Amino acid sequence: MITVTINGDAVELPDDSTVVDAVAATLDRELDPDGRPSDGGRLGVAVSLDAAVVPRSAWASTTLAPDAEIELVTAVQGG
Amino acid sequence: MTTQTDPQGTATLPNAGRAPSEAAAPPPLTIGGYTLQNRLIMGTGGATDLAALEDALVASRTTLTTVAVRRYSPEAKTSVFAMLERLGIDILPNTAGCYTARDAILTAHLAREALETNLVKVEVIADERTLLPDVVETLEVTERLAAEGFVPFVYTTDDPAVALRLEQAGAAAVMPMGSPIGTGLGILNPYNIELIASRASVPVVVDAGIGTASEAAQAMELGCDAVLVASAVTRAREPRAMGRAMSLAVESG
Repeated sequence: MITVTINGDAVELPDDSTVVDAVAATLDRELDPDGRPSDGGRLGVAVSLDAAVVPRSAWASTTLAPDAEIELVTAVQGG
Repeated sequence: MTTQTDPQGTATLPNAGRAPSEAAAPPPLTIGGYTLQNRLIMGTGGATDLAALEDALVASRTTLTTVAVRRYSPEAKTSVFAMLERLGIDILPNTAGCYTARDAILTAHLAREALETNLVKVEVIADERTLLPDVVETLEVTERLAAEGFVPFVYTTDDPAVALRLEQAGAAAVMPMGSPIGTGLGILNPYNIELIASRASVPVVVDAGIGTASEAAQAMELGCDAVLVASAVTRAREPRAMGRAMSLAVESG
């Protein structure tokens, strides 16, 4: 297992987890390898890893380091 | 009603020959390749709950609504994103809460990824107390994002010189404030807003400060192309009625 930080919280994930795994675990939703929900629809979520945006197309190929800092953002009311 | 007589001697009403659609709702507005069907853009800040917001949005007949981008929270069971998708309302992500160009650019990139749109409302705030726009940072963000293929809707002061600079920097729409965010003081400097609208070659949207339907109509009368309203509706005692009033005001102005 590795321990990564997701939105400030320490989270345990299996070794060799990718961004797709981290997003699926946080949202508690099944995702296809292309980062889209298996049940269809749109996710409305973006990911930054160590302060850089990871495009959805790179989620599956981005393996997380043990001390990775991940931020998940979405639309909220405001502005 | 007066009538005119043409050389052939047939009496015609002054507006005879105009297509019926011209008398109806104003035509859609094109902003950097995006077609805005309804000229009332809604904000989402200030609503007490999502159900009230939904009522207000439906009543306003808006087709474009702005949202902020923040950390995902598992507590937020029903998302504003899902609601807007269900209502068929296009999403205009904003960079509200950013104080620097760097933060605003990162937020715009995240918004594009999350919401799959090139539209972005650029909003860089100078300080927390006044929420006034920082035009220096705003100019830098506009230049960068326009170069990267975004369609920047740029929130700014009511300074006509700044509005032109933003346009040159690549703003798809210039959004001068009527008065500071959340004050509902209306249009404090109508002369400036009119000057911005008359000189701009991109659409002008009054954003911030509109508190009443008559002020929304005034913005249109000054030559603006659209209006963005948030707390005037979301914090109204009856958001649904206010949404409808704003919609009619923008149409009639």
